[in-house]
Amino acid sequence: MADQALPVLDVRGLTTVFRTRGGEIHAVNDVSFHLDRGELLGVVGESGSGKSVTMMSLIRLLPSPPADIRSGKVMLGDRDLLQMSPEDLRRVRGAKVGFVFQDPMTSLNPVFTVGSQIVEPLREHMGLSKADAELRAVELLELVGIPDAKSRLKAYPHQFSGGMRQRVMIAIALACDPDVLIADEPTTALDVTIQAQILELVKELRHKLGMAIIWITHDLGVIAGIADRVMVMYGGQVVEQAPVRELFANPQHPYTRALLQTIPRITGARDARLKVIEGQPPILTAALTACPFRARCEHRHDACDASNPARRVVSGGVVGRGHDVACHWQAPHPDRTKAELAHA
Amino acid sequence: MLDARPAPLVQVEDLKMHFPIYSGLFRRHTGDVKAVDGVSFDIMAGQTLGLVGESGCGKSTVGRAILRLYEPTAGRVIIDGEDVAQMQPGPLRKKRPTMQMVFQDPQASLNPRMTLADIVAEPLDEHTDWTRDKKLERVHELMDQVGLNRRFANRFPHEFSGGQRQRIGIARALALKPQFIVCDEPIAALDVSIQAQVVNLLEDLQEKLGLTYLFISHDLSMVRHLAQRVAVMYLGRICELSPSSDLYARPLHPYAEALLSAVNEPDPELAATRNRIILKGDVPSPANPPKGCNFCTRCPKVMDICRQVKPDLAEVEPGRQVACHLYHNNSAAGSTGAPEANERNQQGETQ
Repeated sequence: MADQALPVLDVRGLTTVFRTRGGEIHAVNDVSFHLDRGELLGVVGESGSGKSVTMMSLIRLLPSPPADIRSGKVMLGDRDLLQMSPEDLRRVRGAKVGFVFQDPMTSLNPVFTVGSQIVEPLREHMGLSKADAELRAVELLELVGIPDAKSRLKAYPHQFSGGMRQRVMIAIALACDPDVLIADEPTTALDVTIQAQILELVKELRHKLGMAIIWITHDLGVIAGIADRVMVMYGGQVVEQAPVRELFANPQHPYTRALLQTIPRITGARDARLKVIEGQPPILTAALTACPFRARCEHRHDACDASNPARRVVSGGVVGRGHDVACHWQAPHPDRTKAELAHA
Repeated sequence: MLDARPAPLVQVEDLKMHFPIYSGLFRRHTGDVKAVDGVSFDIMAGQTLGLVGESGCGKSTVGRAILRLYEPTAGRVIIDGEDVAQMQPGPLRKKRPTMQMVFQDPQASLNPRMTLADIVAEPLDEHTDWTRDKKLERVHELMDQVGLNRRFANRFPHEFSGGQRQRIGIARALALKPQFIVCDEPIAALDVSIQAQVVNLLEDLQEKLGLTYLFISHDLSMVRHLAQRVAVMYLGRICELSPSSDLYARPLHPYAEALLSAVNEPDPELAATRNRIILKGDVPSPANPPKGCNFCTRCPKVMDICRQVKPDLAEVEPGRQVACHLYHNNSAAGSTGAPEANERNQQGETQ
């Protein structure tokens, strides 16, 4: 993935704050990342780590108030989404950037047929005639593996199973051939065997359509199977970023390392006891002046209380391009880490 | 079962839970959703049985029917020598303290208007005539046991995080010193880092208090960690019941095999090389299950007989029960050589 070309999406210093009656919640803190053409970026973190809010912020889907995007730049090609007029933004959403949400039950409108919901963006954004749009809709449903697509256009969402509904959501997101597809925990609500079907479908579609995908999840197992690059979020900021194999083989941030160790496996030796990350995630009522993970970190020292660590390069030259981490602690040599992990 | 073995605390025999469907102008009884259709298993005292399967397979219904939160259609549920399924209301109420449940969604299963102390003390209000002080003392003891700070006793559920709420649910289940607890997806709504905390707590409590668990989950990796034996359910029936180590090392039933292979491998190297079995299609409706074997519509190894005859759950290897014709035809002949050949075959196809 050596690229001279510009990234499809380039996010710089994105900061989002929620104003609530109880004070401010700093949900996204100075988040920067980019997405290359045809790349699948995995975003991992617990609930409240800011992963969804980051993605909602960059396409400005958050209601304001309470959400307030304090600063940042979101370059889609050569245009800043944060500076766009609402009119222009409307043309971007759905057309250039597709969204697949977690729960296919609530994100499809129950009173319209599946067909009309796929046809809507096609007519809206691509200006297709009704007949053309319907042809394209059938094509899309076939693409996502829905049998007997033509007759299914007239079906309502409740007539589909969970997995089928998620396929429909993917078809809608793909309708206008977007440059970027943002998938927010698209398989979390599904059963494992259906999840496997959807993951397989996404892998296949990626090769066919070559679009860039941001995949948000809390499941490192999903990430391991499909992502090219992974960004780990904690406390509303990026704490580690690396190519997928590098991240799993040589995790640097104590949070990433702990996260990898807490996953029980179905192969290998069975642990007597699960490793846990003690404590709770932080509540972000103020701007971060210290490391957000310090309260749960086993490598905490004075520097962690003194300042919030900036992202530093582990390998690969520039922050964001290779492997980087936001941590004051220096992880031991990778070989030892690997041995440790193999042991764990 | 030899007498030297630990005695089963819970014995479920041919449990059926059918929900009637009424339709038409006169709301006539036109069919049944066979949510649970003939399930049998034992749980040894002090052990954990994992019950796994996808949504809609009937695993939660089994849990609820065992505790008589539903009226089972048929079958026997013997808990500590007494048949709970047939019990009259009076004795059943006396029996309830010994069998408790931890629910999936701690948000929905805790009354938002009651404080933590009230919630945990409610079973004590119902089943004991203790004084207020004695109850409070027990509440504090329980809070210590599940790792909740005593200062939190007068807080309301919304003031707690998901993991803490689940601890409250566990404390409530423990209040009456039960022998047997049904854990219905207790960690499904929690974050990964919190899941491990709750699972470790459940394990500690089991060891300390000698509890017996039925652990219902769709998370196969957690079940592997917790359970000594695992039952895999599909469409209201158990398709495989095996010791945990055997099941995970070498699943016998094709569905168990597919289910295990669908679990995401958290290692990119292995994930890239692993050959996953992707099942086609969805789970059929339990109101209209396929003829023959329930799994025949999606089974990659389906044979003609599977579409005709329903396979029974039978022991095919010591301690391992499987409901699949793949094994039964051969084991009926009485030789152990044939099923082994079959298994090798199966392994060869998948790895």
